[in-house]
Amino acid sequence: MSALHIKKGSTRHSAYNLRPTFSDVQERHTIAVLVENEPGVLARVIGLFAGRGYNIESLTVAEVDHTGHLSRITIVTKGTPQVIEQIKAQLGRIVTVHDVHDLTVEGATVERELAIFKVSGEGDKRVEALRLADIFRANVVDSTLSSFVFEITGAPDKIDAFADLMRPLGLVEVARTGVAALLRGD
Amino acid sequence: MTREMTGAKMVIQALKDQGVDTVFGYPGGAVLPIYDEIFLQNDIQHILVRHEQGAVHAAEGYARSTGKPGVALVTSGPGATNAVTGLTDALLDSIPIIVLTGQVPSFMIGSDAFQEADTVGITRPCTKHNWLVKDTDDLPGVLHEAFHVATSGRPGPVLIDIPKDVQFATGNYNGPKPSASHYQPPVKGDIETITELVAAIEKAERPVFYTGGGVINSGPAASQLLRELVDSTGFPVTSTLMGLGAYPASGKHWLGMLGMHGLYEANMAMHGCDLMINIGARFDDRITGVLSSFSPNSTKAHIDIDPSSINKVVRVDIPIVGDVAHVLEDILKIWKSRGRKTNAEAVVSWNRQVDEWRKVDCLKFAEDKEIIKPQYALQRLEALTKKYDRYVTTEVGQHQMWAAQFLGFEDPNRWMTSGGLGTMGYGFPASIGVQMAHPDSLVINVAGEASWLMNMQEMGTATQYKLPVKQFILNNERLGMVRQWQELLHGSRYSQSWSESLPDFVKLAEAFGAKGIICSDPADLDDAIMEMIEHDGPVIFDCLVTKHENCFPMIPSGKAHNEMLLGEADTEGAIQAGGAVLV
Repeated sequence: MSALHIKKGSTRHSAYNLRPTFSDVQERHTIAVLVENEPGVLARVIGLFAGRGYNIESLTVAEVDHTGHLSRITIVTKGTPQVIEQIKAQLGRIVTVHDVHDLTVEGATVERELAIFKVSGEGDKRVEALRLADIFRANVVDSTLSSFVFEITGAPDKIDAFADLMRPLGLVEVARTGVAALLRGD
Repeated sequence: MTREMTGAKMVIQALKDQGVDTVFGYPGGAVLPIYDEIFLQNDIQHILVRHEQGAVHAAEGYARSTGKPGVALVTSGPGATNAVTGLTDALLDSIPIIVLTGQVPSFMIGSDAFQEADTVGITRPCTKHNWLVKDTDDLPGVLHEAFHVATSGRPGPVLIDIPKDVQFATGNYNGPKPSASHYQPPVKGDIETITELVAAIEKAERPVFYTGGGVINSGPAASQLLRELVDSTGFPVTSTLMGLGAYPASGKHWLGMLGMHGLYEANMAMHGCDLMINIGARFDDRITGVLSSFSPNSTKAHIDIDPSSINKVVRVDIPIVGDVAHVLEDILKIWKSRGRKTNAEAVVSWNRQVDEWRKVDCLKFAEDKEIIKPQYALQRLEALTKKYDRYVTTEVGQHQMWAAQFLGFEDPNRWMTSGGLGTMGYGFPASIGVQMAHPDSLVINVAGEASWLMNMQEMGTATQYKLPVKQFILNNERLGMVRQWQELLHGSRYSQSWSESLPDFVKLAEAFGAKGIICSDPADLDDAIMEMIEHDGPVIFDCLVTKHENCFPMIPSGKAHNEMLLGEADTEGAIQAGGAVLV
């Protein structure tokens, strides 16, 4: 399965190849966790973050290997290097976790998120919203005389930027999927 | 070979196939089919405890004293929730146990049925892993996997929740297949890093071994290899509470326990060393004192099977992930092949310094002719029981620390105590588990009266199975450690730290059909202890000791290893505001 073809991570050996871990700088990391898709596995992962006081900025989960019953959880988290190392080691300890990959340190990544925006307005604002959507390559997936629903994919930054632009133009509601990420190259 | 049988029978069959001979449990509605199967067989002995917490601690005692996993069987709802403390205790001390819980029938799950609790939800954070089995065909695989997970890598408690309909239904049973699991934590350490450690060993001027429960968990070979390494390098060795016995207390290089109530020489060696070799310990806060001043000038090596222990609280320079026995074997192999070198001259003078610290005689206490000092009671217990085939459990508090200071352990698996969780009420049921595993040995639970009362119902278990467990209660009519902290931190305002109505322990013993002994005069103590040892049956020994005795040495909260309080004279203003918020 190509979706699972990711380089062997550092988790099982996280004690080695240590970066300087005792700095106070907060870093944002995208971590991919390959888990057995059994009941409660997401609760184990989330419970770990809640119980040990780690941050979750975004989280996506879906089964990626239907025959092997493996799901891929992508977590964006923030912490000092020491906390990030702990998060990876603690994730690796969960019995049903097969692999943990810190995509942020393993190489360049492709990160994508899908979001749906409802923007309502009339006249110039409506025209401007449509024009900006075009610039951002957002698709109109629903339309009334006074509203649009835009679908947009991209890196989280791009979606944030789009949200900032839509807000004064009548942004009503947003739904975001959270980040899915893969390493670039082979 | 596949055989068809009911889920309940599978449970018993899997336990047999896993070599289980004893199960500690308490029946209830949701486990009746399994209890029926227990009734119909004779290979596995079931010990009926009096409270589910007792079952789990007994399984822990069994596990810790044998190196084999312990097994507990309880019902759904309250049976499962009562097991939570024991599970958490086993998780923090890395004790392999398997807890089987009954569950309401699977078609009733989620309906708030009678005695229904979300057991896997409740126990998810306090087990290494847990399972809810919804199909009888899945049960054998889960049972065998549970034993594998509990005992592989860093050991720990696991729980299997089995709905009643799954117990009744029939399915196909298969025996254990060890290779079936994807869970295979590596046991070999990285050779390059081990070589780096060997190089550090060769150069070190002030080395110290700091060993922990991981050495015990790794098995008897690990203790043997540790002894070889310590004795052939001549480096001093200290241990955490959980690691006592891995290196013999009579050994030449033994420093005694380290940490908050550790020995002066052990803590000073930790503070002053230039190479710290942590073997299977985890830099617990009871060990390190204030982190900013923890062993400031040392290179730190850390051997641990759990990668998450590395750099969790203390930054280490030489991290080695692997099983203690495997790593020690490689260390010895490489060290010998490089010519068994140490910086002998420096190590000799380091050991001379250690001997100077030993002369402080930090465990000395003011003897008393009238009242039994708790330290004296333990000194006498040690002297009179040392030659026996002895196992010791403890409750939690001052008595536990004094036991760790004054009792000497020559072998691993002889000392069972609640270290990480600090569970009052652990020791008595644990002593029952130990005695079941070692029916002919002398099993003593060193207790405080307050801890002991937390699981005193297990007297029923001890007498029913004629288990000659000795309950050695240091009775100061106080929650001694709480009182000590209130004295040092809260202006001697003893808020709720004593009991106004303690039972007559002799009568209590007799009420349960056991023997009670009371002793209050130091002159009678030896005879009374001998009477306890020689009695063939459970004994409650009510040893009336000094009411306000503090446990020293003590590293106050927020202080470093070299800032120990050695006695009453040191306590004035010893703990400042910053330390007072710590536990």
